[in-house]
Amino acid sequence: MQSTAHDFKENVGTALADPNLQDSLAKLKVGFSERRRQAAERLPEFEALRDRARDIKNHALANLDFYLEEFERKVTALGGHVHWAPTAADARQIIGDLCKSAGARTVAKSKSMVAEEIALNEHLEGLGIAPIETDLGEYIIQLRHEPPSHIIAPAVHLTKDQVADTFLEHHAPLGFTKRLTERNDLVAEARYVLRQKFLEADVGLTGANFLVAETGSSMLVTNEGNADLSNTLPRMHIVLASIEKVIPTLEDAAVLLRVLARSATGQESSAYTTLNTGPRRDSDLDGPSQYHVVLLDNGRSSVLGTEMQDMLRCIRCGACMNHCPVYGAIGGHAYGWVYPGPIGAVLTPQLIGVDEAGDLPNASTFCGRCESVCPVRIPLPGLMRHWREREFERHLTPRAVRQGLALWSFLARRPKLYRRVTQVANRMLALFGRADGRYRKLPLAGGWTQFRDFPAPPAGGTFHAQWARHGGARVRP
Amino acid sequence: MSDTTNSARAQILNGIRRSLRRGELGGQQRQAVEQRLATPERGPIVARAQLPQAEKVALFCQWAEVNNATVARVEPRDVPAEVASYLARNNLPAEAAVAPSPLLGGYDWESQKLLVLRRGRAEGSDQVSITGAFAGIAETGTLVMASGPDHPVSLNLLPDTHIVVLRESDVVSGYEEVWAKLRDRYGKNNMPRTVNTITGPSRTGDIEQAMELGAHGPRRLHILVVRD
Repeated sequence: MQSTAHDFKENVGTALADPNLQDSLAKLKVGFSERRRQAAERLPEFEALRDRARDIKNHALANLDFYLEEFERKVTALGGHVHWAPTAADARQIIGDLCKSAGARTVAKSKSMVAEEIALNEHLEGLGIAPIETDLGEYIIQLRHEPPSHIIAPAVHLTKDQVADTFLEHHAPLGFTKRLTERNDLVAEARYVLRQKFLEADVGLTGANFLVAETGSSMLVTNEGNADLSNTLPRMHIVLASIEKVIPTLEDAAVLLRVLARSATGQESSAYTTLNTGPRRDSDLDGPSQYHVVLLDNGRSSVLGTEMQDMLRCIRCGACMNHCPVYGAIGGHAYGWVYPGPIGAVLTPQLIGVDEAGDLPNASTFCGRCESVCPVRIPLPGLMRHWREREFERHLTPRAVRQGLALWSFLARRPKLYRRVTQVANRMLALFGRADGRYRKLPLAGGWTQFRDFPAPPAGGTFHAQWARHGGARVRP
Repeated sequence: MSDTTNSARAQILNGIRRSLRRGELGGQQRQAVEQRLATPERGPIVARAQLPQAEKVALFCQWAEVNNATVARVEPRDVPAEVASYLARNNLPAEAAVAPSPLLGGYDWESQKLLVLRRGRAEGSDQVSITGAFAGIAETGTLVMASGPDHPVSLNLLPDTHIVVLRESDVVSGYEEVWAKLRDRYGKNNMPRTVNTITGPSRTGDIEQAMELGAHGPRRLHILVVRD
């Protein structure tokens, strides 16, 4: 998809002013995160499983070439095909060619972030092949021509009423002329409409949560069952997965599955977890006669061995965005590309360039909630800090910020001067209007006070002054 | 394999090795990862499912119900009657597509005169399916289905109502025992085309994060846990 990450600040303004989005985000803040907390508490082994999950992914990344070759060997032995795609364009070409070879008119698609990453739908449409999104959330946003706003709940930015309007507009020609008001009716109508499409589709395209080297299986986790219909009804099944999805064994998958669903939605287990291994066997009564796996690199191999490697552990559960105060305020679209939230702030500059997406790693208060809930313990604030450092090194940081930082570092290295300056600043702030406890306007802080008041410092002088008055003692909890 | 594929493959694999600052794995390093593949290590064991068999079965039933499935515990001879009764209780048609498995074939379906059964895979118009299960996972109340001539995958997905017959002896603690059972049955290099694990009926939280049942797969999942 076309990135708007460079317009991040503008996007944020739009997001904050969108009442429907703000309603939806209010639900997100209590929904997923509370359910995750409860699920984690129900499982005493949860923290040990997170450690193990991190170690498994680290091991797989350190031996990635070996496990990819093993995976390929197993897939091939069972009659499947593995295709290697160094770039997004290569992956689009491979999938387009496969669809053409199957004489495909329609492709039933199960939600795949990698397919979003390579803008697959636009490519297929250009070839005259209709991609049909079958995950309910993806289906809704496909009808609305919108990108996903969350990696596991792509339509989380929409209200039920917006969905009802969209369905009425698009389903009326099919005979559904009543505007629905209940969620279960909306789900039932989508099920009916999409069922026909499933039965007609020539190709099923899915992503993969994991690729298991031991057995040559692709592993899919869903709640709806749409991925399973996609990999069972059409005559060709194409799996599109990025290279870091490979893990060694089924035992490793068991560990990752236990942390994935709990971190994502707070479920003990998602409704469907499916292992697909090769095409249908001679004695099978259903299933696709062709099974293809497209392995996409798209810059990932170059992240290995760098200080950014940890981002490749991500299992795309969405916990970081569910717990992020910034995501909770602006939603996913403001990030401007495929992956939003803290993981998006780390991945996007890597995948489309820091010049385009440099604002994203700055959209964080470093509160650390993302890292504290990440099932594979990715140090997300640390990785965002790396990007900020790289931006600074490359002089991409705005001049005002650079000058401010230079001034601060000058003062910070001169403690006496620092104290004197902060004392003066503190008194000045008091003069400006401590009586109100806040400022409506403040010199040099217009970006802040345009949207909210700036809190006045409490009486009692600077931090250093108060510290000295309290005898400099450490306050122990 | 075409030349293009070869070069794309080499490009990715060499890129990985360059980044990891090493060549292709060899010697002891290679032996270590080969060993890890040959004898998979288990992760932390989930204690809540480490139980004697009878309690394991009870835990399975408990979690299956938490996940919106319904459970009936029956004797083998009562399976056909429970199926017919379930369909009648829920005002469902007394017609079903049935997996052509020896387990299901062994029950006395003739005893239910009104029940019309068709053996084979599911068609789009089927309202009800009946299948066996390869295993049940006590830890989460999850069913495990292995595809094959005795279990078409479409039966797990297409009909609105899925009735599953699970033997008590097939209930295990966690995924790890399922993997062991799969390797025993099929051999390590010959997994069935599809292994579906199913935890409750199909659902979606895609509209305002509220869970609704029956997104694409079955709206109802009824499990007959059979004594053996």
